[in-house]
Amino acid sequence: MIDSPSLFGKAAVLGGLPQHPAVRAILGWNPEALTDAKFDRNELTLTIAPNEIRAACSTIQAAGYNFFEDLTAVDWYPASPRFQLSYHILSHGYKERIRLAAMVDEADPAVESITTVWPAANFYEREVFDLFGIRFEGHPNLRRIMMPDEWTGHPLRKDYPVEGYR
Amino acid sequence: MPTTMPSSVIEAPALEPSSDNHMVLNMGPQHPSTHGVLRLVLEIDGEVVVRIYPEIGYLHTGIEKTCEAKFYQQVVPLTDRIDYLSPMANNLCYCLAVEKLLALEIPEKAQWIRVLLTELTRLNSHLVWLGTHAMDIGALTVFLYTFREREEIQRLFEAVSGQRMMTSYFRIGGLSMEPPLDYFDRIQAFIKTFPEKIDEYSNLLTGNPIFANRLKGVGYLSAADAVALGVTGPPLRASGVDIDLRRDMPYSSYEKFQFQVPTSTVGDTWARYEVRLIEMRESVKIIQQALDGMPEGPVKADAPKIILPDREKMKTQMEALIHHFKIVTEGFAVPAGEVYQAIESPRGQMGYYVVSDGTAKPYRVHMRNPSFATLQAIETMCKGRLLADLVAVIGSIDIVLGEIDR
Repeated sequence: MIDSPSLFGKAAVLGGLPQHPAVRAILGWNPEALTDAKFDRNELTLTIAPNEIRAACSTIQAAGYNFFEDLTAVDWYPASPRFQLSYHILSHGYKERIRLAAMVDEADPAVESITTVWPAANFYEREVFDLFGIRFEGHPNLRRIMMPDEWTGHPLRKDYPVEGYR
Repeated sequence: MPTTMPSSVIEAPALEPSSDNHMVLNMGPQHPSTHGVLRLVLEIDGEVVVRIYPEIGYLHTGIEKTCEAKFYQQVVPLTDRIDYLSPMANNLCYCLAVEKLLALEIPEKAQWIRVLLTELTRLNSHLVWLGTHAMDIGALTVFLYTFREREEIQRLFEAVSGQRMMTSYFRIGGLSMEPPLDYFDRIQAFIKTFPEKIDEYSNLLTGNPIFANRLKGVGYLSAADAVALGVTGPPLRASGVDIDLRRDMPYSSYEKFQFQVPTSTVGDTWARYEVRLIEMRESVKIIQQALDGMPEGPVKADAPKIILPDREKMKTQMEALIHHFKIVTEGFAVPAGEVYQAIESPRGQMGYYVVSDGTAKPYRVHMRNPSFATLQAIETMCKGRLLADLVAVIGSIDIVLGEIDR
């Protein structure tokens, strides 16, 4: 495990962790797609341009981060861009985890599905679609998973009341 | 190793049969062998399963949304209710995540007691799995044996936390209180006889030809498919992938314990049964090491603004009373940031993703629960097999619907 002080910003992470396998893989693939980065509390976060997220996942998968662990979203309402997608990817070889983040705008939020890279993302993308209303282009079955099919609204958005609409 | 695509990816539900000879059948949500309220929409050709579509959400209670309206310390009791068979594992994972955000050091004794009790939780959970799995197959007796030991574990939980199932014993910053005086002796007495009890279960099942025939060669999952579909825990290790976060990415002092991680390369239902049986024996070893080497010291971190003071101090010290009042009414602010903490729960890799905006309430709490991902592999395991095998497979992946739906 790398144990280094916190680094904030793309330049700081690129300078501080030049040998990190995930950083190297992303730089070797498309340095422009990396919009932001941070290394905080021993966790590396790479922020990727949302239209490149599927390709970024393929890249780090090839770099040894072989296991899709988790996908969820954070609603930063009323900030813009509103949604943050957080992908947690584990490497069985390096025994290390990285987080890929993508910031998605409020108007028609959509990114490419990564189910072609990791089929395990199937349920997770459905869950984010159901509870946040972010669409995943190319998902084989993008339907609500937790809420009933006829439900209106997306409960985990911050402008959705905790006690629901009555 | 590039991920290969598994033989089946869950697509739209099989609401209409794809051929005249096929039939669409609903299994669940009220079905004894679905271990809760799992609904499987099956397309079957005679007795052969053609497609399986898991329909979940019947237990969805919006725990993640509820967390956003609570103080950090008020979330701990909610985490018990996600997976009612391994409450301590959920408590631990959430507490570790918040402690990581707070950069809080936990006293060694508290860490060791956490290891001790999460391993007891693993025994507890595996006992329920074994009893219900065998019952699904038709071996009703084992259930009575495993619940006999589970009852003793629940008494141990009650002695330490006051609750049999919803323990909430681990708190942010340590434990809620010291365990009772004779507590470690009681665990020692339990652990001393437990390996014999595992032999007893093994005698009832391992040599039983009906049980073996129902399990061997059923529900095969290859290592590549298991990784691609996000399967973790005993099913992953039974498919030959040697990953256990307790050993590979240790937390809460696990690096100080010696234990084996059982694996198998067979990948069928029988392999998952064997892996879990050995895991129980290894858990006993960990508990024994924790009892033998239990460090002395406090069970709470020295952080009066985060941890509730002792009852006695509140009656004698003004500061303690003020801290108590402030924590209960206003909570405590957690520095802004995001963390993902993963542990090896009885069912696999459990992860808590906690995002803080610097206030006393979590901005976002997300749970990565092992059952949720493991359920995706069910079609790959059962396609083209008999309907009766599906029952064995559901038992062997050990799902808890509470943590799937949250």
